[in-house]
Amino acid sequence: MKLLIKGGTVIDPGAGIITEKDILVADGKIAKTGANLSAGGAEVLDAGGKLVAPGLIDIHVHLREPGYEAKETIFSGTRAAARGGFTTIACMPNTNPVADNAAIISYIKSTARAKGAVNVYPIGAITKGSKGEELAEMGDMKEAGAVAFSDDGMPVMNAGLMRRAMQYAGMLGMTIISHCEDKNLSAGGSMHEGYMSTVLGLKGIPASAEEAMVARDILLAEETGCRVHIAHVSTAGSVRLVREAKSRGVKVTAEVTPHHFSLTDQAVAGYDTATKVNPPLRTAADVAAVKEGLADGTIDVIATDHAPHTVEEKDMEYERAPFGMVGLETAVGLVWTELVATGVLSPLQAITKLTLNPALVLGISKGTLVSGADADITIIDPALSWTVDPEQFAGKSRNSPFTGRLLKGLPYMTIVGGRVVMLKGSIGTGP
Amino acid sequence: MGLSGKDLIGLQFVPAKEIKLILDTATPMKEIIKRQIKKVPTLRGRSVVTVFYEASTRTRVSFELAAKYLSADTVSITANTSSVSKGEGLKDTARTIAAMGADVVVLRHPMAGAAELLARTIEAPVINAGDGAHEHPSQALLDLFTVREKKNRLDGLKVAIIGDILHSRVARSDIWGFTKMGAEVRLAGPAPLLPPEVEKMGARVCACIEEALADADVINILRIQLERQQQGLFPGLREYSQLFGINKERLKLAAPDALVMHPGPMNRGVEIAPDVADGVQSVINEQVTNGVAVRMALLYLLTGGGNP
Repeated sequence: MKLLIKGGTVIDPGAGIITEKDILVADGKIAKTGANLSAGGAEVLDAGGKLVAPGLIDIHVHLREPGYEAKETIFSGTRAAARGGFTTIACMPNTNPVADNAAIISYIKSTARAKGAVNVYPIGAITKGSKGEELAEMGDMKEAGAVAFSDDGMPVMNAGLMRRAMQYAGMLGMTIISHCEDKNLSAGGSMHEGYMSTVLGLKGIPASAEEAMVARDILLAEETGCRVHIAHVSTAGSVRLVREAKSRGVKVTAEVTPHHFSLTDQAVAGYDTATKVNPPLRTAADVAAVKEGLADGTIDVIATDHAPHTVEEKDMEYERAPFGMVGLETAVGLVWTELVATGVLSPLQAITKLTLNPALVLGISKGTLVSGADADITIIDPALSWTVDPEQFAGKSRNSPFTGRLLKGLPYMTIVGGRVVMLKGSIGTGP
Repeated sequence: MGLSGKDLIGLQFVPAKEIKLILDTATPMKEIIKRQIKKVPTLRGRSVVTVFYEASTRTRVSFELAAKYLSADTVSITANTSSVSKGEGLKDTARTIAAMGADVVVLRHPMAGAAELLARTIEAPVINAGDGAHEHPSQALLDLFTVREKKNRLDGLKVAIIGDILHSRVARSDIWGFTKMGAEVRLAGPAPLLPPEVEKMGARVCACIEEALADADVINILRIQLERQQQGLFPGLREYSQLFGINKERLKLAAPDALVMHPGPMNRGVEIAPDVADGVQSVINEQVTNGVAVRMALLYLLTGGGNP
């Protein structure tokens, strides 16, 4: 089965170039790239006027399976990914049971192979049950296919234990992904602490709850030599800490979510629980700092922290609702509308943070269009626009704060291993 | 002229002229309360349902009497907070009440935003009788009414609010209400109990209680809860009383005719000395009477009173 993607503007972050050329796909791999390739029997896809990028990678997704299948499953979550232009996702271990052993990692991988629409790489837990008490069997999980370790929303509060986790992960050559939150500083909070929390009467989560842990984990990374990736950076202080650490050569990388560069805590007015997320939506100054961090390279990766919840869970008092919002199906639109159209990032920079950089963080051979690579390709149409309607989501949940927002610049086609899995918003298994 | 909103959730979005309308409407209502036969037919055939997810005898009774004096039928639901934790949602309760045909719903709830959630769910007007640390607008309106009645004005007055501002919905509603009516609002309390960036609401945070009290025309003393000490937010009630308690000596810092207010219930001897609570400058009991009058005005206006 052959496919010729013709006339598109090809963005190759590995080579750092944008050129108009054709891509020939054969047997699930990139066979050849170049100008005016002949079809030679391949099905021809006209990509004129569109951007052809390596398949997008989201390294921060909650697939909820096993255990919370009412929110999302591997089947539905990978379709949400495909619809959002992602060909590869890494899923967090806060399932039930927690992905803290090789059996669960294997289950996720085999289920994804059988039912998934895109590539799935599981992230294993740092501690057993993510309880922050004993180290999980990271070596075993690595063997089974885990690509990184994280306790995500259950951050390891014990600094001594985190230090040993980094020593151990470093020994295995693996990355620790840290959701930075000091639980003593954030306790009971449901939004950013500041003017809006004062007006709304909701308990705040101060910026220091994140920054204290970013500082701690940078120091531990420096001491242990382990690679640490800071998940969903949300404050100006965190950006500053990561920038400073990088300038000293610490092996630290960082990500930001689309909601943290698109929304501020002003969105919480009205108590829409779709805006309740952890870390919380911050201030306009934080959004500006995060964008600066994206532009100057301090922030390497854009990741969604796709966190589906059912309507019943979210449709209640703000303080009782769970944290999290879905993000897979609005990510590209937000990147294009908020970052590329406004000149914060060039198309090449944006694609790099959605492909090559996340692949490097996880150490997986994805995010490139060189000959011989897996034919994971995302075609983006910068002219395509959509008023966000969660009813059209392929994922199971609807908890998006972007309902009704006009986005311009959307994924047009998602190709995984040479197969078209999404075309113009429709999921299918094409030619 | 009537009110522009369907509900009364907070004073943040109520314009000054509507606050004035409510206070003006409360004046004749107060006259009704003083009659021997306290009943007018204004809301005959209407129903007012009070739903309290938090114990509060004072506010609940005040709303119920206000409704009864206007001849409305009243039902009061004291929701068991344990049923909330079992997941019986506020929205389901709300839909049930709406389906039974309530004309006004009065809600007290421990969580901020609950009144807004209810107001979005049902068509009937909702009066927020306190939602978490968000707002308690009828309390602020009765504070405004009391001060205006005593001072014949609100504009230019110096109002000191003392105590746990962070957890106080009364403080928030008072800040919006008094500043909209042209008064100067000063705040003082233990630093961990002052909410961040509260200055942007239009109030001044004072470095010490003396600064807040200097020449004040009104002192509103908030209840300090022992629970906050247990949460580690301040060292203890004894020290609180020494640093922030309003006693006769401190009262002398304020204007000679300053009014002493308290939303109740009081911890006598902690945030307020007994002789101040019962002293000549105290209007604490009148606040309670005025509360009924203001709530009568709200029920009247929110059921369409004043509209053409």
